[in-house]
Amino acid sequence: MKTIAKVAGYEIRDVLRSRWLIGYALFFLLITDALFRFGGGGEKALLSLVNVVLFLIPLVAIVFSTVYLYAAREFIELLLAQPIRRTQVFSGLYLGLSLPLALSFVAAIGLPFLIHRGAATSQPGTFAALLLTGIALTFIFTALAFLIVARTEDRIRGLGIAVAVWLFLAVLYDGLVLLVVSIMADHPIERPILVLMLANPMDLARVALLLQFDVAALLGYTGAVLQKFFGRSVGIAATSLAIVVWIIAPLFAGMRAFQKKDF
Amino acid sequence: MIEARRVTKSFGKLRVLDELSLTIRPGRITGLVGPNAAGKTTLAKIILGLIKPDSGTVEIDGNLIGADDSYRSRIGYMPQLARFPENLSARELFAMLADLRSPSRLLDDDLLQAFNFGGALDKPIRALSGGTRQKVNAVIAFMFQPDLLILDEPTAGLDPVSSGVLKAKVLREKAAGKTFLLTSHIMSELDELADDVAFINDGRVAFVGALTELKRITRQSNLERAIAEMMKRGAAA
Repeated sequence: MKTIAKVAGYEIRDVLRSRWLIGYALFFLLITDALFRFGGGGEKALLSLVNVVLFLIPLVAIVFSTVYLYAAREFIELLLAQPIRRTQVFSGLYLGLSLPLALSFVAAIGLPFLIHRGAATSQPGTFAALLLTGIALTFIFTALAFLIVARTEDRIRGLGIAVAVWLFLAVLYDGLVLLVVSIMADHPIERPILVLMLANPMDLARVALLLQFDVAALLGYTGAVLQKFFGRSVGIAATSLAIVVWIIAPLFAGMRAFQKKDF
Repeated sequence: MIEARRVTKSFGKLRVLDELSLTIRPGRITGLVGPNAAGKTTLAKIILGLIKPDSGTVEIDGNLIGADDSYRSRIGYMPQLARFPENLSARELFAMLADLRSPSRLLDDDLLQAFNFGGALDKPIRALSGGTRQKVNAVIAFMFQPDLLILDEPTAGLDPVSSGVLKAKVLREKAAGKTFLLTSHIMSELDELADDVAFINDGRVAFVGALTELKRITRQSNLERAIAEMMKRGAAA
C-alpha cells in the first residue's frame, strides 16, 4: 500500500506538470464559469454542463491516459526494474493518472460553482451528482486506456483504438440503439434496451445524471425506459452499481495483461 | 550466481532465445556478445523480470525469479536507452528511486562525484544531452550498492573521460566482489573488462568460458578476432 502511494505520488507530480492537464482544467473552468454567468438559472447551466461533461471527460481521460502511458514507457520500465511488484506499479500508475484528472475536473467546475453559489444553491444535489459522474467517467475511461495500452504494443494503433472506443461509445452506439428501436418498434423491447444501456458507460452516466433532473424530454429513450422500470431511487442504485462494474472490469483485465506483458 | 536453464522466448514468430542455458559466475565480469538481435538484451531483461520467458527458469543464488520481486533490490540495471520521466530533474529522480527502494545500504555517490554534472542535475531530464542521460543512468545502476550489475551498452554515448570513469568504477566494484553482466558492441571494451565471455548466437549460447580460453581455442589475440572466428566456424558448421 505504501509503495502504491509512493508510485502514485511521483506520477501525480509528473502529470501535474503537464500543460495538457492545465489546459483541460482551464477549459472546464472557463466553460463552467461562462455557463453560470450567462446561462441563466442554475439548472440550465448545469444541464449544459452535463452535455460537456458527458462527451469531453471520456475523450480527455482515454486519450490523455493513452498518450501519457505510451510516453511513460521508460518510466514504467524503470519502476519495474526496482524491487516493486507489478501489481503495485500498475495500481500506483492508475491512481497517479486518474486522481489528477479527476481532481482537476472537480476543481475546475467546483470553483465557479462556489463563486456563483447564488445561482446554483437550488441544485446542490444535482451538482454533487454531476461531480460524482464526472469522477466515475474519469476512472472508467482511464481504466480503459490502461487496458488498451497493456494490450497494444504499437502506440499509433493504441491511440487509434482509444479514439475509436470513445467514438463508438459516444456517437455510434446511440445510433445503433435507435436503429434497433426503429426496426423492432412492434416488439416489447424495454428489457433489451435496458441491457444495451447498461453496456455503455456513457449512456449509463447520462441516465444517472438526467435522472437527477426530472427532465423527461432529455432522458432519451433509454432513460425513459429506465425510469419507468426502476423509478428514481432504484434507477440510481442500479446505474451506480453498473458504473462500479465498468471501473473494475477493464481495470482487472488491464492488470492481468500488464502482469504478462514484456517490457 | 545466475543460472539460466533452457530459457525460450519468442516474439511473435521470431524465436529470440532457444532453450538457452547459461551460468554466470559470481565476482566476475561476464561479457555477453553476439550479433545484433542475438537476444542479449532479452536475456538481461528476463533476468530482471521485465520480460517473461515462454519456458525455462532463471535462478539467482538458488532463488527462482518470478516468485517474488524483492530479489531486484540486489540488482543494479543500466538499460540500453536511458530515458526517464522527462519532467523530473536527475536529482529528483535519484531521490525518488531511493524513496521507492528504501535501501538498506548506504547510497554510493562515487559516480555522482566523478562525473562532472555541474548544474545538469537540477535541469529537467528532457533538457539533458544523450551522454548526460547515460551518466544519470550509470549513477542509478551503482547507487544502491547492488551485488549484481546488469549493464547494457554502458558506454554508448559517453565521452572518453566519462567512459574511463565508468570502466574504472566497474573494475573497482568487481574487486569488491560484485558480479557483472555486460553487453557491448565495443569488443576492445570487453577485452579490457571481461573475465568471462558468453557468446550468444541464434538464441543459444555458442561459447561460454573465460576470455583467455576463448582466445586460446580460436588462436586469436583479441576478442574481436576471436568472436569473428567463432562466427565463421558457426557459419561453416
